[in-house]
Amino acid sequence: MTGFPSVSEGQLDALREAGNIGAAHAATALSAMLGSRVDMSVPSVRIAGFEEVTGLFGEEEISCAVLLQLKGDVPGTMFFLLPLDEANELTSLLLGGAEVDLNQEPMPEMGASALNEAGNILSGSYLSALSDFTGLNLQPTPPAVACDMTMALLSYGLAEVSMYGDYALLIDTSISLKEKSDSLKGTFLLLPDPDGIQSLFEALGVSI
Amino acid sequence: MMKEVIKVGMADLQFAGAPATLRTSGLGSCVGIIMYDETMQYGGMAHIMLPDSSAAREQKVNRAKYADTACSDLYSHLLAEGCPKYRLKAKMAGGAEMFQFSSGSSAARIGPRNVDAVKRALAELRVPVLFEDTGGNSGRTIEFAPADGSLEIRTVNKGVVKV
Repeated sequence: MTGFPSVSEGQLDALREAGNIGAAHAATALSAMLGSRVDMSVPSVRIAGFEEVTGLFGEEEISCAVLLQLKGDVPGTMFFLLPLDEANELTSLLLGGAEVDLNQEPMPEMGASALNEAGNILSGSYLSALSDFTGLNLQPTPPAVACDMTMALLSYGLAEVSMYGDYALLIDTSISLKEKSDSLKGTFLLLPDPDGIQSLFEALGVSI
Repeated sequence: MMKEVIKVGMADLQFAGAPATLRTSGLGSCVGIIMYDETMQYGGMAHIMLPDSSAAREQKVNRAKYADTACSDLYSHLLAEGCPKYRLKAKMAGGAEMFQFSSGSSAARIGPRNVDAVKRALAELRVPVLFEDTGGNSGRTIEFAPADGSLEIRTVNKGVVKV
């Protein structure tokens, strides 16, 4: 295949539904983990230029990301991303209220491990729901966590797809803790490689 | 007068003369390449993402995205602007491994591969690399001043370093 595939509005709709199901399961998993109500946003699915993807959270703003690489039928990259403050807060909740600052070199081990595992569980529930819905075999690699400039983190997921063009298919969904007055919001970014995009469309019955 | 800062995006290449500066944000596995002539106070910066344009599967190759084509375009543009070959110098930063995987995945090596490809391309063009801050696992934002050939490198945990 040459070039980045063109995508129709109907295909984006199908992906929006898939993202919806994935995020709903992730929200349920987070709710069970923390014993609080979790809300999710309507997924935004679009073909986005690199500048748009990396600018989503401010290029130099510090974020924490849990990254899973996808193998199987839909090769690609998945991020579970939070701004630093919210990552600290989520990690603190997971550790029973202990004060956490993940923005250290190296990252504090307990905090990094807790966030990594949470990201793994949430992304895992997202992906297994997506896999059940589409019948596709989605195999995530073990997760890795990092905390740094958002653009530097996200560019990792764009390297593979950039061989095909300066665009990425972005499936963007967030979940947020309801009881928090100040929002605590985590975002899933699914960036399928162009070969993976075709498999997704075929499985959803919207291939060209 | 406010000095002009020219932004170099991802997979982008720009040129500037003093007093303007060139800046690119959030280099992770990507590499920022600067080629310049200090006497003419003029230089270019590229933000590359991948090592080798022969792996491109694009319909129209964005030459600023690959180490080999970006170095070659920086070089030919500076020569066309009248900078003599012998005065061209280079600096580079980036090529980090942002995520540490427990399993040694080959795709995770993209940062170091980018750094090697840039060095190879610059060596072929016989442009000396005066400074590099590469590898590690931190993101970098860099700003280059053609006026004195200085490069500012900012990381989250180590603050700003000027070389």
